[in-house]
Amino acid sequence: MEYIGNTEADNKQMLTEIGVSSASELWSDIPQDKIVTQPLGLPAGLSELELRKHLRNLSDRNVNVEDYACFLGAGAYDHYIPSTVPVITKRPEFYTAYTPYQPEISQGTLQSIFEYQSLICNLTGLDVANASLYDGATALYEAAHLACDHTQRRKIIVSRALHPEYRQVLKTYFSDAGIDIEEIGCAQGTTDLGELRQKINDQVAAVLVQQPNFFGCLEEVEELATLVHEHKALFIVDVYPVSLGLLKRPGNYAADIVVGEGQSLGLPVSFGGPYLGIFSCRKELMRKMPGRVVGETVDNQGRRAYVLTLQTREQHIRREKASSNICSNEALCALAACVHLSSLGARGLKAAATASVIGAHRLADGLKDLPGWRLNFTAPFFNEFVATAPVEADDLNKQLLKHKIIGGLNLGRLYPELPQSVLFCVTEKRGPEEIENLLNILREIKQ
Amino acid sequence: MEKSIFAYQSEPTEYIKSGDSGAIEALIPERFLQRQEPDLPQATEQDVIRHFSRLAGLNYSVDTGFYPLGSCTMKYNPKINEAVADLPGLAGVHPYQDEKSIQGVLELAYGLEQFLLAVSGFQGLTLQPAAGAHGEITGILLIKAYHRLASKKEKRRIILVPDTAHGTNPATAALAGYEVRQVKSDEAGDIDLADLKQNLSPEVAALMLTNPNTLGLFEKNILQVSKMVHEAGALLYGDGANFNALLGLVKPADLGFDVMHFNLHKTFSTPHGGGGPGAGAVGVVEKLIPFLPVPLVKKKGEKFYFDYKVKHSIGKVRSFYGNFLIAVRAYAYFLALGEEGIKKVGRQSILNANYLLRKLKDVYEWPYRRSCMHEFVITPKTGWQVNTLDIAKRIIDYGYHPPTIYFPLIVHEAMMIEPTETETKNTLDEFSAALLSIAQEAQTTPELLKKAPVNSPVGRLDEARAARQLILKYEKAR
Repeated sequence: MEYIGNTEADNKQMLTEIGVSSASELWSDIPQDKIVTQPLGLPAGLSELELRKHLRNLSDRNVNVEDYACFLGAGAYDHYIPSTVPVITKRPEFYTAYTPYQPEISQGTLQSIFEYQSLICNLTGLDVANASLYDGATALYEAAHLACDHTQRRKIIVSRALHPEYRQVLKTYFSDAGIDIEEIGCAQGTTDLGELRQKINDQVAAVLVQQPNFFGCLEEVEELATLVHEHKALFIVDVYPVSLGLLKRPGNYAADIVVGEGQSLGLPVSFGGPYLGIFSCRKELMRKMPGRVVGETVDNQGRRAYVLTLQTREQHIRREKASSNICSNEALCALAACVHLSSLGARGLKAAATASVIGAHRLADGLKDLPGWRLNFTAPFFNEFVATAPVEADDLNKQLLKHKIIGGLNLGRLYPELPQSVLFCVTEKRGPEEIENLLNILREIKQ
Repeated sequence: MEKSIFAYQSEPTEYIKSGDSGAIEALIPERFLQRQEPDLPQATEQDVIRHFSRLAGLNYSVDTGFYPLGSCTMKYNPKINEAVADLPGLAGVHPYQDEKSIQGVLELAYGLEQFLLAVSGFQGLTLQPAAGAHGEITGILLIKAYHRLASKKEKRRIILVPDTAHGTNPATAALAGYEVRQVKSDEAGDIDLADLKQNLSPEVAALMLTNPNTLGLFEKNILQVSKMVHEAGALLYGDGANFNALLGLVKPADLGFDVMHFNLHKTFSTPHGGGGPGAGAVGVVEKLIPFLPVPLVKKKGEKFYFDYKVKHSIGKVRSFYGNFLIAVRAYAYFLALGEEGIKKVGRQSILNANYLLRKLKDVYEWPYRRSCMHEFVITPKTGWQVNTLDIAKRIIDYGYHPPTIYFPLIVHEAMMIEPTETETKNTLDEFSAALLSIAQEAQTTPELLKKAPVNSPVGRLDEARAARQLILKYEKAR
């Protein structure tokens, strides 16, 4: 199947009009001995029917969260997505458009991004939000980068209760960039305030924590904020947006930059992407904010309209002096989040959060009474928690798969200090009977 | 003007049962809980669908018309690719599932890597970067890690970028901590060899080159450039933004590129999504494989697995494994076209561009008088009382998306036009007729262009006001 409309006759006529006898004259600038003459080694083209079958076969070879009960989270969450979301994101006017360079014929994309920015500000309680970044991890890096630039300091402090992959991304970007990354440990599942007190000083640009943290525990964000601000460092919080249906808005506890993985707002788990990097900050930091931003203005007849703005921060104007190298966003994912939040409303978001919290506590309560199991931490938690199993986590998960259950994350691989530990996650999609079923199966799995 | 989603005042449809919200206080201490709900829209399902459907109607898109946006490769996005990306065994796979339960996913990722290697000539690849610019920073970090390991004493602190480069190239190099030096273009539109020679030194880590360059011209001295760069101990980075022209025609690794990012949303037809999500896979030559981000997808017998033991890996540039569902679409595109179809892509894109150029070159100014590759740059004729912006806005009135304008920077009043291979001769004829008509108007009735667009949902915007007043979110009070 080829998506080329011209016939051989069309092509011949075009060559005649161009005034060349063969198409190869058009690429005579390419060194002739480099032109591909051997087969590329690609398979023969498939019909649409064959293609669909092939992909269906590949799809059938994977366990998925529709057919299995998923208790796995750790940065990717199986929340319910209202049917409105795919209806809108599958509209070709949205998904086959590009960056709204021509605002007169891009108001759909521009207004939806503006509304997305507004929704994110209302969720985080901060002044401004950008049009989105690649994912939660890169948004966190951009926040740390901004903090170093803003404070002119070269050190950041990161909680070890922050997603291990996010910390790895920070290291990748900052390695050899003259930025010092210091990690601080945890006590009872939350960031060790005592250790932070010892390590923070006036050379620190920012302190980075996650709320709820990677273990699902709730950080004492207000105490953290006070301590961070005593040293005039920025307080950067990585949030789980669904939690903001219940938890205090970061703006209310003086967070300076709020980032987060937006996947839980209307995007399927998708084997890790495409996702959505949420980024919002205080007004004072706005001009250093990375990524695209949409602003409101009027057209030549005074009608309200939207346009990309603050572009003097961006690389097509600033080139090597730009505040970041990002020249796109995840517009369609931001649209999904926008439709998701618009559909649910505050009540729906709260319902999803509430049901997730209740489900997770139901599971935790049941687990701690099972022989050989214990909960690792005493800190209050949201919809994820850590439990130590009587067997190896990988063996446990293998057993669970047989019962059409996707078990929690094996934490021992990421945190050697937590052997045989499992990070469980519960969303509103897991009903009481699925939780009961999981507990019954776990009860049967022997040491 | 469409009203705001915040302007609705109805009761949202209940998608999720509220459950016992009173139970929360017993589970989470009060100090963590919000006292007031966030201000989210109050709209029924019907409100929501109507609102966003109306917004959709305000957009121009590839599916509604010709979109010759230069360097963006706005080719047709096949619908089967959308359908397969929704399959539950692809969209519904959690990234942390056990390897045994994701063999189909891994086979797909592995398969796409093999296809990309086949058309590029590289030996190693990562699908982790989420966009072209993300691929750039990944590639530059690979180069940095390579030089650091090669020599501890030597400090290669400079990256060279031609004056025709996309703005992301210098921004990327600066982000990675390099000093950026610009290399001039010569009169023919190629990188200036004398200036390159002058700038090359033991301090140079890499040259970032787009080929074809942003003038739509094939860098005809590429082999010489590559030789010079390598003799200076530097590496050659390829910006794959314009790879569509070369697809199936020539392999970048054969031209001497050491690293290149692919824009799957350009060359491999995955939709642009209104500005993302895209995907920016990075291909490398053998010697850079030990530095690739983790994990790599490997095959042993019939089993696929993740390999985290990459000796000098730069680490991770994104969580998980990149924009997988975009990779699914690119994979489907490869399978649909196959060997024969892929070989036609670059060739047809070049033919289409040259045909359109032939139609326009005598009426518009044509600064670089050579056969173009998949795109070309023209400008208004001297003496016309209109500028490129006016022409672009008038193109909207004729029912088309304007080309990329005011880029590349080295051409005054540039219009960069890229038709892609999926457009028919008929579309190109109609579009060129519109551009010839606009050229007439530019000389006889320039006010038509100055007032344009008039056939769009809104007129020209007050962009200065947007930047001055900075309204970046909806405020209830207004």
